Amino acid sequence: MSPTPTAPGERLASRCPSGPIAERWDKRRFELKLVNPANKRRFHVLVVGTGLAGASAAASLAELGYRVSVFCIQDSPRRAHSIAAQGGINAAKNYPNDGDSVQRLFYDTVKGGDFRARESNVYRLAQVSSHIIDQCVALGVPFAREYGGVLANRSFGGAQVSRTFYARGQTGQQLLLGAYSGMMRQVGAKRVNLYARREMLDVVVVDGIARGIVCRNLVTGAYERYAGDAVLLCTGGYGNVFYLSTNAKACNVTAAWRAHKKGAFFGNPCFTQIHPTCIPVTGSYQAKLTLMSESLRNDGRVWVPKQAGDARPPHEIPDAERDYFLERRYPSFGNLVPRDVASRAAKERCDAGFGVGSTRLAVYLDFRDAIQRDGAATIRAKYGNLFQMYAKITAEDPYQVPMRIYPAVHYTMGGLWVDYDLESTLPGLFVLGEANFSDHGANRLGASALMQGLADGFFVIPYTVGGHFAGRALPPVTTEAREFEESERSVRERTERILGVRGGRTVDSFHRELGKLMWDHCGMARNDAGLRGAKERVRALRDEFWHDVRVPADERRLNQNLEHAGRVADFLEFAELMIDDALHRTESCGGHFREESQTEEGEARRDDERFSYAAAWEHRGVGEPSTLHKEPLTFEHVKPAQRSYK
Amino acid sequence: MSAAHDPHAQGAEAAMRITLKVWRQGAPDAAGRMETYRLDEVSPDMSFLEMLDVLNERLIQAGEDPVAFDHDCREGICGACSLVIDGQAHGPEALTTVCQLHMRHYSDGDTIQVEPWRANAFPVVKDLVVDRSAFDRIVAAGGFISTHTGAAPDGNSVPVPKPEADQAMDAAACIGCGACVAACPNASAMLFVAAKVAHLALLPQGEPERERRVLSMVRTMDAEGFGNCTNHFECMAACPKGISVENIARMNREYLRAFLRERPSEGGEASGG
Repeated sequence: MSPTPTAPGERLASRCPSGPIAERWDKRRFELKLVNPANKRRFHVLVVGTGLAGASAAASLAELGYRVSVFCIQDSPRRAHSIAAQGGINAAKNYPNDGDSVQRLFYDTVKGGDFRARESNVYRLAQVSSHIIDQCVALGVPFAREYGGVLANRSFGGAQVSRTFYARGQTGQQLLLGAYSGMMRQVGAKRVNLYARREMLDVVVVDGIARGIVCRNLVTGAYERYAGDAVLLCTGGYGNVFYLSTNAKACNVTAAWRAHKKGAFFGNPCFTQIHPTCIPVTGSYQAKLTLMSESLRNDGRVWVPKQAGDARPPHEIPDAERDYFLERRYPSFGNLVPRDVASRAAKERCDAGFGVGSTRLAVYLDFRDAIQRDGAATIRAKYGNLFQMYAKITAEDPYQVPMRIYPAVHYTMGGLWVDYDLESTLPGLFVLGEANFSDHGANRLGASALMQGLADGFFVIPYTVGGHFAGRALPPVTTEAREFEESERSVRERTERILGVRGGRTVDSFHRELGKLMWDHCGMARNDAGLRGAKERVRALRDEFWHDVRVPADERRLNQNLEHAGRVADFLEFAELMIDDALHRTESCGGHFREESQTEEGEARRDDERFSYAAAWEHRGVGEPSTLHKEPLTFEHVKPAQRSYK
Repeated sequence: MSAAHDPHAQGAEAAMRITLKVWRQGAPDAAGRMETYRLDEVSPDMSFLEMLDVLNERLIQAGEDPVAFDHDCREGICGACSLVIDGQAHGPEALTTVCQLHMRHYSDGDTIQVEPWRANAFPVVKDLVVDRSAFDRIVAAGGFISTHTGAAPDGNSVPVPKPEADQAMDAAACIGCGACVAACPNASAMLFVAAKVAHLALLPQGEPERERRVLSMVRTMDAEGFGNCTNHFECMAACPKGISVENIARMNREYLRAFLRERPSEGGEASGG
């Protein structure tokens, strides 16, 4: 049996193999046809984005003998935002002998995702997790070690086993530099062509298959066409739709959105993750938010004063007058409850008037007890760089006074819908890492993003892209084809349209307004009326953008404001889809909290009867209602239960 | 919760007046000049780049060309930001990238000069943006361990003593920003290259390619037009991650060892570095 091109009408076929879950990935790998080694160099793979998913995919595919071209918007592929991940990467190695297993990592991830992920994918993720660590060690990633020389582990983000590998507080950086070095080795060997400062603006579809991309060269302004046999989008998440997020400034939805408009369905766009341990907002000029690793919650205790508006400095508030609200509400998990639960609990306290700091939109994260117990030196060894980062931004010393934290947008579980092979509904277009919707369901566990990005790039796509090459007829195409002409013309026209508005409002002001709208109504808590109102306002704002945006008219050289304008224009279209998704899902699940669907204690109430599916939206035109397709989710191995961390 | 975005949510702080003298250069081959801008409402809690954002918003409103500068993560790890402030790469604060530099370190009435990294190997693209792709080419020449996906043994099969692992991590913390080059009177890239050489030479996994790696990286560094090291140690002073010049000493030892052991058949040109 071999993979067959998806026929119309079965576009949402997940292509998950059947049979015992532990054997499915083996089975699939056997089903996938192989590409003759001598033929591999005939196939050209276009990899967009050079974060963990893109860099690991590019390196692995080039090692197999495929021709690879990679594209990134930064000046160097090493700067992709994976680099900012701090805390660690999970793997079911069970080195600490504390009861971990593939089954347990699988179970935790499905449960943590609030039963909105595909079991087969998650199981595969848990299965390959161990190989990721081995691969990264081989690449020279300097993971933390014990004195005996073996790899160190820690517990992270609510896990009750220590399965997280880390490199100080810079795990993402070290993993990315590892994957980047593997890719750069192939660049040096001329098996990977590297194109930096390029922004993908369209996927080119020839005979129903993704066969190329059109980019803008951000330095010269020139439009460039690249033809290939498969396109891999590894372009990250869309958290910057909220303007203020922990994402890097260049993170955007553009590549995914343009692919969506070309036929790739968008999966669960409303599933966004709000991270509990971020540095609070200080002023209106704020450009982004800074996250601190939630590993801080391993030793820090979260509290607010029991008396609303208590203005005493924190150290003068005695224990009896502090409300350690996570420990109070969730005695068994305490400060280590999952991200969505911790974030909502902090918001609840602040909304009720117990917040601290000048904005009252913060709670304390206090290391006093940990420092007394372990000594400042131990705490410094574990969290020194995070404490330093906090002190730089706030001018406060967290060794002396508790940190102030508040939740911020951090990660998007939603993304382009993909099947088990990571192929989107647009044949030949594969989506990896945060850009796809798979694996994390409605909420991602800490230290699982790095795992998924590298799983997709190192261990999934090298097999599944082969199935595409071996299983489909791919007649040669060149960039002279009519489809490339049309694609370039459409992106050129869009740019010219933006430049032609010559209005009075800056791009940034539109982006900020959109972000506030989304944060207020499609953020940590959502309700019907708020979402409906926000949808109207997004439409109005989009209209205003196209009538009043002002962008410096310099198209033929580096124009960062024009880049930003294109991304904000896409966010303004995408935001409406996100709201539609949040509107239609009237249950609460994971990071998606519908105020209408909660328990008496204020916890999220899932509705498996009606919503045990992945939503996959089909584009019907800007401003037109998208068509909802549903991929039913069945749980054979993890019985859905209301999550409880009490 | 809307107050999280509320412009008036901030505490009252004294706004500062700051004069900026900024390098403006339209294109790689265009002539550059310092341009003066005055900002009246700079908050001490702003980051330096947020101040530039404010300036750019004003310039766009006024129909002028905003100042181009590289930035991305704004939390000190991606290595994109790259400004020379009053003659210092990344500005006056030790161990701090520009994106993490806050205006509270300045006073009302200050004048601040802002320039790009300056080095022949880092040509200016526009304004404060330079081309650092030479760094990528140096890494492509040898800054890796040649393993392929799937070939790795168990992660614990080769123990790495904690002190070596920690030292390797110290070196690997380099963010590739290029401040070392900008700070060096010779525009040398020795600290950047040495950090990678040391990181991989300290680990057992890096051992098999130890000699090829250092020879190839150093030769590429020279070919890219970076200067030599004459022990000013400005690089270490400017490095936002505190990468030590001890790594340069280690690289020099690695290079000498590799050079002396190099056989003509494997090295190609046997000239010095």
